Amino acid sequence: MDPSTSSAITLNINGEKHTLSVDHRTTLLDALRERLEMTGTKKGCDQGQCGACTVLVDGRRAVSCLQFAVAAEDRQITTIEGMAEGDELHPVQQAFLDLDGYQCGYCTPGQICSAVAVIEEHAAGWPSAVTDDVRPEAGPPPLTPEEIRERMSGNLCRCGAYTSIVQAVARAARSGRAAGPPATASAAGDTQEEKDKEAAA
Amino acid sequence: MTTAAPRSTAAATPPAGAVGTAHTRVEGVEKVTGAARYAGEIPFAGLAHGWLAVSTVARGRIRSIDTDAVLAMPGVLAVLHHGNAPRLETDYIGMLGTRPDPTCTVFQHDRVPSMGWPVALVVAETPEQAREAAESLVVDYEQQPHDIDFHSGRPDAVGLDGHMPAVTGKGDLEAELAASAAVVDAEYTTPEEHHSMMEPHAVTALWDGGRLEVFDSNQGATWVVGELAKMFSLEPSAVRVRSEHVGGGFGSKGVRAHQVAAVMAATVLRRPVRVVMTRRQMFSLAGYRSPTAQRVRLGADADGRLRALEHRSLSLTSTVHDFVEPSAGHSRVMYDADAHHTANQVVRLDLPTPTFMRAPGEAPGSFAMECALDELAVKCGLDPIELRLRNEPERGPVSGLPFSSRNLAACFREGARRFGWAGRDPRPGVRRDGRWLLGTGTAAASFGAGAGPSTAVLTAEADGTFTVRIAAADIGTGARTALTLIAADALGVTTDRVRVRIGDSDFGPAMIAGGSMGTRSWAWAVNTAAAELRERLALGADIPPEGITVRSDTTAAVGALARKERHSYGAQFAEVAVDLTTGEVRVRRMLGIFAAGRIVNPLTARNQLVGGMVWGISMALHEEAVRDRATGGHYGADLAGYHVATNADVQDIEADWIEDHDPDDPVGIKGVGEIGIVGAAAAVANAVWHATGARHRDLPIRPDRVLRAAAEKAPHA
Amino acid sequence: MREFGYHKAHDVPGAVALLGADPDARFLGGGTNLVDLMKSGVERPARLVDVRELPLDAIESTGDGGLRIGATVTNSDLAAHPEVRRAYPALTQAVLAGASGQLRNMATVGGNLLQRTRCGYFTDVTKACNKRAPGSGCPAIEGEHHNHAILGASGHCVAVHPSDMGVALTAFDAVVSYQTAEGTGELPLADFYLPVGDTPHRETALPAGALITHLTLPPAPVAARSRYRKVRERASYAFAIGSVAAALDVRDGVVREARLALGAVASRPWRARAAETALTGAPADAASFAAAADAELAAAKPLPDNAYKVTLMRNLIVAVCTELAEEAAR
Repeated sequence: MDPSTSSAITLNINGEKHTLSVDHRTTLLDALRERLEMTGTKKGCDQGQCGACTVLVDGRRAVSCLQFAVAAEDRQITTIEGMAEGDELHPVQQAFLDLDGYQCGYCTPGQICSAVAVIEEHAAGWPSAVTDDVRPEAGPPPLTPEEIRERMSGNLCRCGAYTSIVQAVARAARSGRAAGPPATASAAGDTQEEKDKEAAA
Repeated sequence: MTTAAPRSTAAATPPAGAVGTAHTRVEGVEKVTGAARYAGEIPFAGLAHGWLAVSTVARGRIRSIDTDAVLAMPGVLAVLHHGNAPRLETDYIGMLGTRPDPTCTVFQHDRVPSMGWPVALVVAETPEQAREAAESLVVDYEQQPHDIDFHSGRPDAVGLDGHMPAVTGKGDLEAELAASAAVVDAEYTTPEEHHSMMEPHAVTALWDGGRLEVFDSNQGATWVVGELAKMFSLEPSAVRVRSEHVGGGFGSKGVRAHQVAAVMAATVLRRPVRVVMTRRQMFSLAGYRSPTAQRVRLGADADGRLRALEHRSLSLTSTVHDFVEPSAGHSRVMYDADAHHTANQVVRLDLPTPTFMRAPGEAPGSFAMECALDELAVKCGLDPIELRLRNEPERGPVSGLPFSSRNLAACFREGARRFGWAGRDPRPGVRRDGRWLLGTGTAAASFGAGAGPSTAVLTAEADGTFTVRIAAADIGTGARTALTLIAADALGVTTDRVRVRIGDSDFGPAMIAGGSMGTRSWAWAVNTAAAELRERLALGADIPPEGITVRSDTTAAVGALARKERHSYGAQFAEVAVDLTTGEVRVRRMLGIFAAGRIVNPLTARNQLVGGMVWGISMALHEEAVRDRATGGHYGADLAGYHVATNADVQDIEADWIEDHDPDDPVGIKGVGEIGIVGAAAAVANAVWHATGARHRDLPIRPDRVLRAAAEKAPHA
Repeated sequence: MREFGYHKAHDVPGAVALLGADPDARFLGGGTNLVDLMKSGVERPARLVDVRELPLDAIESTGDGGLRIGATVTNSDLAAHPEVRRAYPALTQAVLAGASGQLRNMATVGGNLLQRTRCGYFTDVTKACNKRAPGSGCPAIEGEHHNHAILGASGHCVAVHPSDMGVALTAFDAVVSYQTAEGTGELPLADFYLPVGDTPHRETALPAGALITHLTLPPAPVAARSRYRKVRERASYAFAIGSVAAALDVRDGVVREARLALGAVASRPWRARAAETALTGAPADAASFAAAADAELAAAKPLPDNAYKVTLMRNLIVAVCTELAEEAAR
């Protein structure tokens, strides 16, 4: 390979360093999937239009298909493989599993990475496109189902598991902030759907 | 393997049934941790990467392909095209009863019948090299004029039988229309729609010890094995197809160009070759739902009883393969009339061949007919549910056959109660919430409940567990989990003692995941094998180390099913909000109540039904593949140009079911894969009418169409 | 995608020097648009100069009530910044209305201004497009154009600019600062984008090789009461078919000052100066807002399939201005 069009790089993924030589054209997504056998990060469109390839870069969610691996050096990358602590699932993973927040599973790793970041973004007080008043004095918006839906809209799910995904994000957000006021997510209820999910979980 | 004394399985007290109780997915942990490997994710030593090159003209011939320049590029291993590719056998009838679509039997001639037609496969050491080489490949075409103009009234439309007769008819339509107190005569159109599953079509093919091994993303290993074996003139036993996890299918994941091209390349290069479609390529290579133009004429007495029903649907197909989107089929099941005429026609255009897409025929057909009934209800001054209840047929309107069970009326009653339909003001355009006009709508749904022959292998293991092997596919349906519950009940054990293995053609022939028939067909085979295994175990013999294995085959049992009208039914309800100043439409609430046979796993079944309803929202408001007439290709062939519903488009959706049972199925299953979308778009469109007073007969109901309709209704607004 | 060289720049002069006068070199910011265009073959650079790590990621007060926003500030950080949310809420709303959370974390302010149209003819290299391949024609005019321009277009190109952020920045008179090998320069956003004319491939007035270093938002008390509304063909994660950024200073029922910019109607974020003029001094009522919209849209030249945008923009202007006036009255 022409040395001017490839580079030896070190990627920091889930706390581990990986040194490899990459064609500059190799995206972070392809480096993960094709070079490092970390195929949990999915390629749905390769154009930044579906969110399946979402990972965390320096703690923030990003699509890995629109960044070159060579440009991801020196960044802390967290993928779906880095979410669980050993056998203990991340609360978001557990909520997706328990509440059936998926069907085919292909968008799921991206949804979960995105959801982890959504909860943190919300905790940091970031408003969203459906936040009625974005001025700081209005305070952070409650994490309503409407807020979750908007914030999760960068992750397409063609199976249409959105309602379960919203429930899963709401539950994970509640579990992570037991001390704070309960999220107003009205996802919980006494419908047959809820009963099934509680039974299954 | 353990040699400990086996637990006596047959004598165990049967646990409470697993079927009907909610179970999380057995492969759930793999899916939420990223450990589940899909077809394009399995590593192989010496893997080469193939990239398809597709035509840039809509009709013509390939004059020449300049392979030399590309072969000189870094890493390029081969360029396969019509001049050098292996010859294929194409004269055969496949598992689904049709000849292979020439779109899939690639590189056999120089003709180009549509834009995006596969013309070459470039194989290289890395995906980056393959992509650049494929995109650099210069193909010289002799371009010919193309015709992609789809519209009603094409003089060259022809009736095609497809999976059902093209034409049915009884009674004097014109006379009954003339005698009717209320008449609806309207045309409805639906656009070209794409499956757009999240996992692109992907395959890795390799030869291993004289066998062709195919790691693939498909809806049926048996289907793919059969087609590849025929095309490449191989014994079926010389081909093995595996698809452990499948990232969505919706009808599109059968045999397509990429698998055939990958097998060719693996054969020529003698190394593993992976081919993955790009998202853009999927728009021309993965199949799609044809647009439809449907004319519906209804005539009714003043009390709403149908005297006349006509439903004529036009769809398109390619010039190389026939496929019918049988939209008029909906009316053959749902409603009777003294004069009852239906027809499915197609026009052959210079476009790719369409294919099955979730609820083929029923999805667009129900949009037209269920909207037309809503229009008729208004003309009769009847509640739209009441109109439907008054027209419940005793027998199949066309077939004359009895229904196996038909619980549509119960769905409407339960749905109306839960949705709060009673007391609905029928007047349109009178409810407001701020800038939003509000309306509600309803529609009926049905989808065929069938079964296909399958085989299953069950083993009682020496350690007291059971292994089920069946060439089923879990494309997101939860089949693996459902079969675990089925097997547990059939064996009389708890689910933790059952391990289900699927997605491998070596497990023997089985039905595809399609037609809402997968789970029912596989469950039947599993149930049959389990019954035999229990009999064997009841004899009390010790289980040998290799276990006791039985095999079932349901071909005879399925073939012996009496002819009946066998369907699932449903009642769809939607509440929408429409801003007439911006044209925005939001679906605030949906409820679907279904009679879909016995529900195996409420958790996953509900998810799938809701998913179908989400497709209905998407179909009603968003989805539309746009064709550029000048080139014959797509405009905006990607997920930013082709809109599917996002999370924000889906507010409050609930799906539930009433007690229903297929009396002729060993478990009572019907199937839930498709019925969720049927009628859903009509319910939304009917609600938009109720909100605004404007009928939208062309999908999707885009903001510009809402604005135009508002301007036409009130020119001075 | 062709092979390319890659350089990471560490300071602004270094970045400018690395790019040099090479017409085949591009600055790489968040990559959300450039990398996509490289994949589709629209852009085929031979070299990339990565500017993401330049020290241009600060949002600072200018001391006079304005803000100075570094070019590599991400969309997310811009939207979340308390001073932006307080003084220019429509800017936060516009940014949040664009793309997705993931893309906003990657995309930079400088890159957002330079993003290319999403016209489906432009992004498909198998089709003609005057913007991508000058002289090849504009198939949108006879073909698919239901989301194309109604203002400022020409017979050579009817594409629209896709930015939401840019619409709010245009309303608030942002000034673009850049650096070249020769030194620094400034361009008001109003002069930043070139008219379409017969050169749709020439999009901005930036000198060749220039690197955007920051934006300056001048103080604008009127902006504290501002709104952005976007209409698209699904509820989220889609480009606009029409959008409005508006700020009104209403006192005693009269509009003292108005800012209005429109999105998805032209090759650039469209400052609605005719409407602003009509509004200034007018009663803050629906009739004034409609008259102002009509004043702006009188110049609209819709094509057969995008005429709805004239109605849409008129209604949007009235709706957003009405909301602002009601807010002022509270």
